[in-house]
Formats: sequence, C-alpha cells, structure tokens
Amino acid sequence: MPIFASKTECDDQLRQRIKEISGQEFQKCFQCGTCSGSCPMKEHINVFPRRVMALLQLGQKKALEEANTPWICAACHVCLVRCPRSIDIPRVMEAIRQVKLRENLDQVDPRQIEKEKIAELPQIAMVAGLRKFTS
Amino acid sequence: MSTLDEGVAKTEIAAKLIPIYVMGKKYEVPESLTIMKAIEYAGYKYIRGCGCRGGVCGACSTVYRKPNDYKIYTGLACQTVVEPDMYLTQIPFYPAIRATYNFYELEGRPEEIYELYPELFRCVACNNCTKVCPMDVEVMDYISALKRGDIAAAAKISFDCIQCGLCASRCMGELAQYHMAQLARRVYGAYLTPRADHLKTVVANIEAGRFDLGVKSLKAMNQEQLKQAYQAREMEPATAGEDWKPKESIGL
Amino acid sequence: MKVSYYPGCTLKTHGKGLESSALACLEKLGITVEELPRWNCCGAVYSLADDDLIHMVAPVRDLVRAKEQGNEILLTLCAMCYNTLARANALMKNDPEKRKTINWFMDEELDYAGEIKVVHFLDFLRDYVGWDKLKEKVTNPLKGLKAAPYYGCTLLRPKEAGIDRFDNPSIFQDCLRALGAEAVDFDMSTQCCGTYQVLGNPEASLKVSFDILKNASEFGAEALVLACPLCDYNLGKRQGEMKNKLGLANDMPVYYFTQLMALALGVPEAECHFELNREISLGFLKERNFLKASA
Repeated sequence: MPIFASKTECDDQLRQRIKEISGQEFQKCFQCGTCSGSCPMKEHINVFPRRVMALLQLGQKKALEEANTPWICAACHVCLVRCPRSIDIPRVMEAIRQVKLRENLDQVDPRQIEKEKIAELPQIAMVAGLRKFTS
Repeated sequence: MSTLDEGVAKTEIAAKLIPIYVMGKKYEVPESLTIMKAIEYAGYKYIRGCGCRGGVCGACSTVYRKPNDYKIYTGLACQTVVEPDMYLTQIPFYPAIRATYNFYELEGRPEEIYELYPELFRCVACNNCTKVCPMDVEVMDYISALKRGDIAAAAKISFDCIQCGLCASRCMGELAQYHMAQLARRVYGAYLTPRADHLKTVVANIEAGRFDLGVKSLKAMNQEQLKQAYQAREMEPATAGEDWKPKESIGL
Repeated sequence: MKVSYYPGCTLKTHGKGLESSALACLEKLGITVEELPRWNCCGAVYSLADDDLIHMVAPVRDLVRAKEQGNEILLTLCAMCYNTLARANALMKNDPEKRKTINWFMDEELDYAGEIKVVHFLDFLRDYVGWDKLKEKVTNPLKGLKAAPYYGCTLLRPKEAGIDRFDNPSIFQDCLRALGAEAVDFDMSTQCCGTYQVLGNPEASLKVSFDILKNASEFGAEALVLACPLCDYNLGKRQGEMKNKLGLANDMPVYYFTQLMALALGVPEAECHFELNREISLGFLKERNFLKASA
C-alpha cells in the first residue's frame, strides 16, 4: 500500500526527535525489506519494520502512532545484524517507544497483571517488561 | 533590670544567631538549635510534622539545600542542627500506596510480595533512596534483596527504617519502598524466623500442669505472705558465673 | 583461577537450577567463584535510547562491585544479564562523555572505565577452560542424547556482546559435544523466544516460542538446552499453554545447559534442582538412564 505524503503532512519535529533519541540516520534506509523478513514477530505486527522506516523518513506521525510494531518488538536485534546499511533498527523502535512513554503514557500497568502470572514469571520478565513498557 | 531580665539578656548575647530559610522566608535563629527548635524559635507552632522529637517516629522529615551547593540534603528536623543559610522545607507526608492483604493468609514466599507490590520491578538502582534516608538505611540494597527473593536480608537491612517517606519521594520508579520493607519485616518475623524450641517445651509443661500447684499456693496467700515469699525468692547473684543454675528448673 | 560471579535476581529463585548446577560444575573444573557482594538487579535489558543514562546506572553499579572485588573477570549465567552487563561495560569503555556523566552521577561509588571483562559461562568455558579440559572431566557422557542448543538473541546479538558469530554459531554445539551429547542443529536456534513480550503480548510470545519448539522437533531434537530463565519460561513452562491453545503435539524436555553439564561431570542430581523444571525433564533423564553415575 503506497504512502501518500505531502510537505505539510510531514512532521519534521518528530523525525528530529527520533533521530536524537535513537542516534540513527534512518534516511539511509533503502527499503530492502530484510528487516521485515527477519523479524520473528512479523505475524503479529500491523506495520512491518521496513514500512515503519519509510513512514519515519516521510514524517508520517499519524500512521506511526497506529503502528503496533514498537510495542510488539522484542528487541531481539536480528534486524540490526542483517541490515545492509547497519541501521540500528532496535534503537529506532526504542525511540518511538520512548516518545510515547515520556509523555507519561505507560503501556502496561503492573497492578493490572494477573497475580498468578506475577508469581510464575521469572523476575527478569517483570523487570524487562516494565522497562520497555513503562517510564 | 531584674536578675531574670539580666539572665535572659546574657543568654541571648551568648547564642550566636544565624540565618535560615524556612520555605523561602528568612529567620535569624540561634546556631545550636535543631531545625525543629529553630522553627519553633521563629514563632511557628507545630500541628503536623512533629512527633516523638527523639529521632524514631519519622514525622519530621526535612529536605534542605546549602548555598552554592547543588546537592539535596535530608534529615530529621528534631535531630539535625541548623547551618547558616540552610534552605529548607518539611515533608511530613508523602503519598505512598500500601497494599491491602490478609496477613494470616501469607506464607513468607517472595512471590507474595511480588504480587502485592509489582512496581518493585521498576527499581532502576539509582540509589536516590539510600542517599536521602535520614537513618542511613541502605534502601536500594533491601529493594535489591526483595527483587531476588531474599526476604530475610531485606528485613535485616531495613531494620532502622522509621517510615518517614523520603525514599518514596525521591524514587525514580515510583515505588513506596518502606511499605515493601515493612511487609518483609512482618513476614520475616512471623513466618521465617526459626521458632524457639524451648518455648514449645515450656508451653507444653504449662499445659501439662507443672505449675498448677505453685500458682494455686500463690493464689491462696495473703498480701503479707506474698511479700515474704517474694523477698525470699531465689535470685541469680550479681557475681554469678556462666554456669549458675537455679535450684528449680522449669523443665528446660 | 578465581572469578567474580554475578547471579541476577532470577537465579536465586525461579532459576535456582541454573545457578546451583553451574556452581557445582565450576567447582569440578577447579574454578573459584566469588559472588559479588551487594549486587543489584542489572535491569535485564539494555536501554537503547541514546540520551538515557539512568538505565545504565544499574548494570554499571554491578561492574563497580566487580572492580571492588578485584578479579579480572565477571562471570554470568543468565543470558539476558550477560548481554546487559557486557553492553554497559562496552559503553563505559568506549564513550568518554557518557562515562564521565555516569561516574559523576554515581558519586558515592568508585569511578569505572570498563576495566572488568564480562563473560558468559559458555565463552568462559571456550576461552579459559577449553573444550578438551571439559571433556577430560566428564565421567558420565550423555551418549545418545539428541540435544538441540537454543541460543536465543542475547548471547549472540548485537555483535559487541556476541559470544560467537551470529549467523552460524558453534559454541553451544561444541559444549554439548564435549559432554558427549549429539548436538542437533535446527533453523530457529537463534530466533527470539519473545522475551518480555510474555508480559505485553503473551499470545504473540506463545506463538513464536511454539514455532521454535516445533522446528527443533522437526530436526530430530529430543531435548532443548538453553541458558536463560526467561527462555526457559517461554519455551519450557509455557508448553502446557501451547498444548491447549496451539495444539502442541508432544512435550519437549527443556534443560539449562549447566544441568546437563553437571550430570556429565558427576554432580549429584539434587544440586541440579530438576524439581524446578517441568516433570517431563526429569522423567526423560530417568528413562534414558542419564542419571546413573550421579549420587
């Protein structure tokens, strides 16, 4: 599905912010799609990583907000090791997450997790999950 | 001038006055006073944020800064002596959620604490809590102990906590550390500390009636007889050695 | 040889099997292990935001403890903790500005500049013990065990933390072979199990783990061997859920590599804490007689 963008719709502030937080030059991405092919969560995301990069390049804030990709991402780093331009895609995903979380919009409430689950989970799951989904 | 006035005048000159700022307002107070006394000297009357005045109730937590120093200092107002140009405020209360639970349903497993306080895992080990504690409790260390399931260590490390709330006020992960520590201490004391075997023995002896005769005879005595019996009781001599034993054992 | 040891929160409770068996193995190999005093949770994941330094404080504090303890090497067993500590270490070594700020913030601690070397038990075995020495110490070879090594993500990626090449690693297989087992290569051995998504998107995480198990079994694996308590949860403990929701045909026994290593080195069964694995794990070992030489 093509992305329609115009100069007025392009949110440059968001682009700059993501660039700052991730430290990545995502305009280097030439849309090869290797990241999408490698992503283990590809069955579960609504916007593939390749498209996320394109949306970012074009500053499409609304479309990016509708992508669940950064929230399903497991930071497994396969995309990083295979990207032909060595773009640190996990960092880009983290930046998109941080932009939301820093507005104090946590994605998980620790007190809403079922108690039996908390008792069963290894502590690293709680620590990691709360680090990625809350601020 | 009366001798009283002379005395007062002498006292006032003897104590050097230094400036302190209470919530932004400047006061000149004698330099040897504690913050609490200084605030009262300045004319305030405490209706909140004051308790035992002895450093153990945690009501008078105070936060202050010093000139040209970015650091945040804390202390209990009743224990901390004023310093020149101290810039202070008090935090008698800091909101902290406390989990509700039926204590008798707990068993002393770490998972119970995780279920009641899942935000425990938000700790980022920034150490703000330890730095701010007026009782020098190693707060980060006991939170760390709880995260790895070591309730006993958490109970021991948090022993001196007076629940003042300063740790919660500075916590990046928004934990209420002192509530978690209190739960750990309660659970440790009730479920995890080893039980005294000799207590069991004595209770069994009591239930078996070993002391019934003695109690009966005491109850039958009048006040004079009781006094005599009391004065004639066997006592461990002040100079007794390690191996002194009473003539009558209670079955231990 | 003496090393410092960082357990991580999970290894004292849910992951007791990994710690206990590993320490027993280290003793058999003649390595003195000193647990870090006053260690704190390392954070489990490395923060990927460039401007975020506060989440570096937790792992760096542990590295400071290691420096205080005075050994050159910090040994880890949990793959997630390994990754976090190794990357934090690299940051403190290579980025002078961030190093300065972090040291300045942690003004109550010693300054740290990456002096310690962080290793995982697997690369410690390869580089400091050697597969031959390990093989020599094996008294109960796991002959005939078709074990599939599951790397997961954190042992291999990103490159700065990887203990072996990420595209075709062999370190885990070498280890299993030294123990006498048959290492079964399978396509998804370096694919992510879902990690913390067990919290955020548990259904997605369940499916990715299921795919890995299915793949391992298709390649002829009898058992899955791994190095991380969260992988153990996703791939092991959740098998019951996979049976109900995704139609998992057969349970697969899952072990920490140190539990199998301990058996091979003649460590008593009790120290491996198989009661913390699923029942099928101990059952499988009994059935195939791998418990014979341990007391």
